Amino acid sequence: MGMTIAEKIIALAAGVPEVKAGDIHTVNLDRMMSNDGTTHLTVDMYHNKLKHPHIADTKKMVFIVDHNVPSDSPKTAASQKKMRNFAREHGIDFWEGKGVCHQIMMEHYVRPGELIFGADSHTCTYGALGAFGTGVGCTDLLYGMVTGTSWVLVPETLKFNLTGRLPEGVYPRDLMLTIIGTIGANGANYQVMEFTGDGAKTLSVNDRMVLCNLAVEAGAKTAIFEADETAMEYLKARGREPKAVFRSDADAVYAAEYTFDLSKIVPVAARPDFVDDVVPAEEVCGTHIDEAFLGSCNNGRIDELRVGAAVLKGRKVADHVRFLVVPASQEVYLQALEEGLISIFMESGAIVMNPNCSVCWGSCQGVIGENEVLISTGTRNFKGRAGHPSSRVYLASAATVAASAVKGEICTADMLQERI
Amino acid sequence: MGQTVIEKIIARNIGAASVKPGDIVTAKVDRVMLDDIMIPFIVDKFKEMGFPKVWDPDKVVLIYDHLVPASQQDDVRHYRIGDAFTEQYGIKNLHRSDGICHQLMTEAGYVKPGDVVFGTDSHTTTYGCVGAFSTGIGYTEMASILGTGTLWVKVPETIRVQIDGTLPAGVMSKDVILRLIGDLGADGATYQCLEFCGTAVEQMTVASRTTMANMAIEAGAKCAVFTPDEKTAEYCGIELDAFQKNLKGDEDAVYAKKLFYQAEDFVPVMACPSQVDKIRNVSDLEGTVIDQVFIGSCTNGRLEDLQAAAEVLRGRKVADFVKLIVTPASRKVYEDAARLGVLRTLAEAGAVITHPGCGLCCGRTGGILSDGERVVATNNRNFLGRMGTSKVEIYLASPAVAAACAAAGKIVASL
Amino acid sequence: MEQFTGRVWVLGDDIDTDIIIPTEYLALKTIEDMKQYGFSPLRPELAGQIKPGDIIVAGKNFGCGSSREQAPEVIKALGIRCIIAKSFARIFFRNSINNGLLLIEQPKLSDDVKEGDIVTVTVNRDVDYNGEKYPIASLPDNLVEILNAGGLVKAMRRKNGLA
Repeated sequence: MGMTIAEKIIALAAGVPEVKAGDIHTVNLDRMMSNDGTTHLTVDMYHNKLKHPHIADTKKMVFIVDHNVPSDSPKTAASQKKMRNFAREHGIDFWEGKGVCHQIMMEHYVRPGELIFGADSHTCTYGALGAFGTGVGCTDLLYGMVTGTSWVLVPETLKFNLTGRLPEGVYPRDLMLTIIGTIGANGANYQVMEFTGDGAKTLSVNDRMVLCNLAVEAGAKTAIFEADETAMEYLKARGREPKAVFRSDADAVYAAEYTFDLSKIVPVAARPDFVDDVVPAEEVCGTHIDEAFLGSCNNGRIDELRVGAAVLKGRKVADHVRFLVVPASQEVYLQALEEGLISIFMESGAIVMNPNCSVCWGSCQGVIGENEVLISTGTRNFKGRAGHPSSRVYLASAATVAASAVKGEICTADMLQERI
Repeated sequence: MGQTVIEKIIARNIGAASVKPGDIVTAKVDRVMLDDIMIPFIVDKFKEMGFPKVWDPDKVVLIYDHLVPASQQDDVRHYRIGDAFTEQYGIKNLHRSDGICHQLMTEAGYVKPGDVVFGTDSHTTTYGCVGAFSTGIGYTEMASILGTGTLWVKVPETIRVQIDGTLPAGVMSKDVILRLIGDLGADGATYQCLEFCGTAVEQMTVASRTTMANMAIEAGAKCAVFTPDEKTAEYCGIELDAFQKNLKGDEDAVYAKKLFYQAEDFVPVMACPSQVDKIRNVSDLEGTVIDQVFIGSCTNGRLEDLQAAAEVLRGRKVADFVKLIVTPASRKVYEDAARLGVLRTLAEAGAVITHPGCGLCCGRTGGILSDGERVVATNNRNFLGRMGTSKVEIYLASPAVAAACAAAGKIVASL
Repeated sequence: MEQFTGRVWVLGDDIDTDIIIPTEYLALKTIEDMKQYGFSPLRPELAGQIKPGDIIVAGKNFGCGSSREQAPEVIKALGIRCIIAKSFARIFFRNSINNGLLLIEQPKLSDDVKEGDIVTVTVNRDVDYNGEKYPIASLPDNLVEILNAGGLVKAMRRKNGLA
């Protein structure tokens, strides 16, 4: 019987010819990523809970400090120090202040066909390169670190046929929010979202990352694209070779199929406090905002910074709005510097932060206060996610966020009345 | 009888022919600087005092810098109180995310030579870099100035510091002021004015002078002053008038003390944990392993500071497991450094470049450290617990030295 | 002449404002919220031990550093009656007077006194320690006016015709 891409990756990692949804398999992990959100806990368990602590293969490990950079309290500093010392002691690849973990992983590690665990829910991002990436807790990560293996329950796959092409002014983020709004926050629970079809071909690796990254917001275990020539170009440009390139068989079994016509997608926003409470952006226009955020592993790459800068060029951020612009990585920052985007943001009055998770995870620089409203390109809008429990977060595209920052209230880019 | 610079400024301010040290006078305030940390307290006191209005809203500047970007939810409370206060009293000069207060006050043209300026931050001494009399005060006195436009001051004695010659390569004005603080002691100039002169001082940029005026408080000084010159005029965007041109110490002025230095004698130095006056030559500290480097602050976060660091780091990398955090002093500094490729060089070397603000210097965010860690920083204070726990060791240095340390991963004078 | 007696806490030279109240706590809403962190970098337990009426005796340059007026306010809120030091930093000095916190300069007492000892202060005259009199100077008139008004806020309220 035919297999999906996800099933083929698991079969390869398990060393078996075939797997099917519902099977439980022991797999060899290709890579494990851990960030400063939880690594200190993993390190503590490593030292305190294991009889014979060791690491199966330090080359498979990547530690990334991205959540609180630069450190904002003695407590986070102590956690990061623990992580840094552990990486140094064991020769683990260590990144600090160089960008959001998933962006670093995509820039430097992920290869098609790999099975990757990350101690962060948005590890599903790596499907953009045809890898199976999924988020785990630090206990699972520790087990993987010590044994080099783990077990997986083979998930069912949902097929998303994408047709057509996104209209101008509509972005992959609008598409993915629309999909989540349609299937619901648990619409893909423990399943794989496989994106395919002619529409998928029109999307760049960056675009695919936007889609895969948010899959967990529909409850998915991961999301995946076939590693096509677009993916291969990205990989080649970075000097990497695929582990294995898979496509789903014609007779593969899908739990369900959905079709989305990209040409019908419009700018949308997810309303507080649920990612699946998605409405056309027009419906929330006029909502007063206190802060706007352009960044995150979902939407802080050069593509989105270009979109934001195009809106901001020659305009000013509204007086009362704090507009945070946070490149997803140092590489993105350097590119944005080169293209003059950073200057555009600075001239507009934006706050340009160093690459980090920023307000997307709500516990470092950029947090919002009591009753404040944020419009964000981040991953989540859960209650209190960005700061004070009474604050509210709208999710939208980079264009809508930038336009809202200028207007001081939610507004789409084409509604910006002010002429340059 | 002759007068010192500060005596001339105060005398003119109160409309007297002359003043002498110890005189208690009521100064008419030319400009005040309020910052985000203090604004809730200033507003409370101002309202409690019962003033119906602010004496002159145009003379008031409110700057958010310590709490930008917000690192705690309640930080935005300060923005709200500040926004409401400026709106209620018609204050137009409000900077929400443009950089550090002391950088903006001169850079944005709020302070001119000869002005009398007060701010709710101890490093308000900074504006002496353009020949103003400026000093830090508490929030209660600020509230009373907002109502009255005046403040009593005791005319300080002056210590004249003459530095002649040319500073050696690799030595910056930071090394000069640190050495001076070491020589004077942390209370060596308490309630006095430091008046700088000499050919080395004349050669300095306004930015270099800013570093020195900024740190005068670390010797306990009430203020510091530099004689305005053509560089000052250009920086301030003005033509100096006769009064401003004459802001130099008279030959027969009376000084509490006169200090003489030869510029060629200066070497790179550091202030060691945890006193600013604990000065050692960098060469005596070489090899000390470090965890982090911070380049920024109102002391050393200007373009020339970033350029000095970039010069050292060009084509090099920050040492493994060492963090280099660069926080430009203002939006303008950031923009200039971006345009000139300075940020590119620093970022390529591995620096984390943050938005302009006080950052790590005020110890709320921006690279806080933990027990047993060691940081080389270009800011003005290394007090116990200022950048994390009381077991963090802070060494203060120039941007050039700090950059070299970042690349080496340990204390070095140069690479 | 005003006289009071108190138990002594002894601190060293250069007690800076970051020690008195670290920046980390400066944005707390009230002085009451902050006071538990007073002196925490140096002696975390001290704020909990100080009793109303106690006296701080210190070395030179007390209160150096920042202009933060929270420093004298926190000390006052902890119940400290007065600070006797070899010398004070300038801004701290002004801030204390403006909040009605009495500061006394005395060059020798801190070398002799031990923590927990009792001293008696006679304002504008001397400090009595075990029968030995340590002379103190009186304040300039303009500061006495502010102190007598109960601080600068009260002085300004009076000026504005408020009670």
